[in-house]
Amino acid sequence: MEQLGKLLIQMIISGVMMGFVFSLIAMGLTIIWGVMNIINFAHGEFLMIGMFFSFFFFKYVSIDPLFSLPMVAVLLFIIGFITYHLLIKKVLQGPVLAQLVVTFGLSIFLVNLAVFLWSADYRMIENPIASGKISLAGIAVSIPELVASIGSMIIGAAVYWFIKRTKTGMAIQAISMDKDAAAIMGINTDRLNAVSFAVGVMCVGVAGALLSNFYYVFPEVGSFFGVIAFATVALGGFGSIEGAMIAGVIVGLAEIVGGFLLAPAYKYAIVFAIYLAVVLIKPTGLKGW
Amino acid sequence: MNIKTRHIWLILLALFAIVLPLILDSPFARHVLIVILLYSILGEAWSILGGYAGLLSFGQAAFFGIGAYTSTFLLINWGVSPWIGMIVGGFLAVLAAICLAYPCSKLQGHYFAIATLAFAEGLRIIFLNWNAVGGARGLDPPILPTSLWYLEFHESKLPYYYLLVLFLAVVMLAMWKLNSSRLGYYLRALRESNNAAESLGVNTKNCKVIATCISAFITAIAGTFYAQYVLYIDPASVMQLKLSIEIVLVTMFGGVGTMFGPLIGASFLTSISEIFRVVLGGAGRGMDLMIYGLLIMLISTLKPDGVWGLVTERLGRRPGKEKAKTSGE
Repeated sequence: MEQLGKLLIQMIISGVMMGFVFSLIAMGLTIIWGVMNIINFAHGEFLMIGMFFSFFFFKYVSIDPLFSLPMVAVLLFIIGFITYHLLIKKVLQGPVLAQLVVTFGLSIFLVNLAVFLWSADYRMIENPIASGKISLAGIAVSIPELVASIGSMIIGAAVYWFIKRTKTGMAIQAISMDKDAAAIMGINTDRLNAVSFAVGVMCVGVAGALLSNFYYVFPEVGSFFGVIAFATVALGGFGSIEGAMIAGVIVGLAEIVGGFLLAPAYKYAIVFAIYLAVVLIKPTGLKGW
Repeated sequence: MNIKTRHIWLILLALFAIVLPLILDSPFARHVLIVILLYSILGEAWSILGGYAGLLSFGQAAFFGIGAYTSTFLLINWGVSPWIGMIVGGFLAVLAAICLAYPCSKLQGHYFAIATLAFAEGLRIIFLNWNAVGGARGLDPPILPTSLWYLEFHESKLPYYYLLVLFLAVVMLAMWKLNSSRLGYYLRALRESNNAAESLGVNTKNCKVIATCISAFITAIAGTFYAQYVLYIDPASVMQLKLSIEIVLVTMFGGVGTMFGPLIGASFLTSISEIFRVVLGGAGRGMDLMIYGLLIMLISTLKPDGVWGLVTERLGRRPGKEKAKTSGE
């Protein structure tokens, strides 16, 4: 009985830890969706880029992923900013389907650019600072996962604060509520769209950098996380940041506990099943309006 | 345009379809034509949902996979002809469509898109781990002597081509009938405004379910054709999210809600992707797909109305052309 209790606590802890990372990824996606009404199919690819950047910082400049994190964040922010100006801005006024297509094209492009530049090999960061595990009262916690979850929590909280408390953040919220009214009130929607896209890309890039401590780095890695992120965002409600945070934790828990109760191979099928079950009861997700 | 010129156009088009593979007689060109036909059929099926009803489905691969797997499974285990397997697969896909669409019919816009995506991905994961259907290894139908009954032709690709032309013609005819049918009007009404349609007495829920069922049935049959053509299926080839999105792409490039749109889009996209694959595939790692992605981005940014706008302008007086704006809100 005690064994089972411990196992349960163990699972809940790792589920929640992974959940925070999912939350951060989903937060990035939901900001972009909420502000620009665009489903970013290339979201997972930005995660992949974040992972590769921290891998390269580690390999060529010997900077640990933990310390290169701010640089990766800045780089991804810049990439997001450029992407907005080169691509997203041009389709915002166009047909809805063109908006879907453009990010899908971007996703194909980025994956294959990575294959072209860096080959399709699986890579691993060997012996980063965050490695090994600690055990407390018989419960083992993997340090890289712990670091990833704490890091995601900190960045997530910072972005939350930025959106909810700063003037720029409030302007972004205003755009996501009513873009025309926001424009009439003198908000520069174009500049803030760019900022929110860049922040969204930065969130997912940072998540990638944190994941690179314990996850394989390869060009296709993003597609899986991207799909999970769609389900997470929809579960939380499109455009809702709180929703994305809660949903991320639910997804993390569902993955671990569901994988234990059924077979680990089916754990993501369980995630999708839970998502479907929730939207059936509440069609706009947990926190959607 | 009067009826007579329309008939002449259609006859010319049919003749063109019959003669085309005889002119382009290399196996590669015929392969490209077959892929184009397959994507056109899938695009037409998607159109019923995305074009008429405004329900953006990102889970067509689920139905495609069900069709491909059902017929192949029946053929391997009990030697059932793919013609029977395709009907069984079609009905299983309809069953899946009911399970998906009935509860999802109240979902709007992006929520419906993500629900279909989650459904397809979930199903893919189940098939990936389901040993009875080969798991990740997939299934390969037994190589039987060439026969129409077992839908296997080893000497030439032509029979596949003509069967698919016939299939596409039937689907297009069905679309044309649907266009002026009660259901067609209902679907377009609920695309424009769900609430308005409902207040006029349209049972929107049933309409959405029926539309999904028709779409799923056609997609599943195309899945059987694919399985018999390639003679190998696995979750990565018939149930991948990429396939679902490519179906959307094809329709969009050709023009959503138009009868010839999917055909135009499929011709364009398949040709360029196959040509890039052949010309550049050997040159470098991922080079061909990189350029493909780049091209998609260029077209949707530089010409937001895309090739579809360009082509429909040119073919403005084509039969079956219908003024349809891209759907969605």
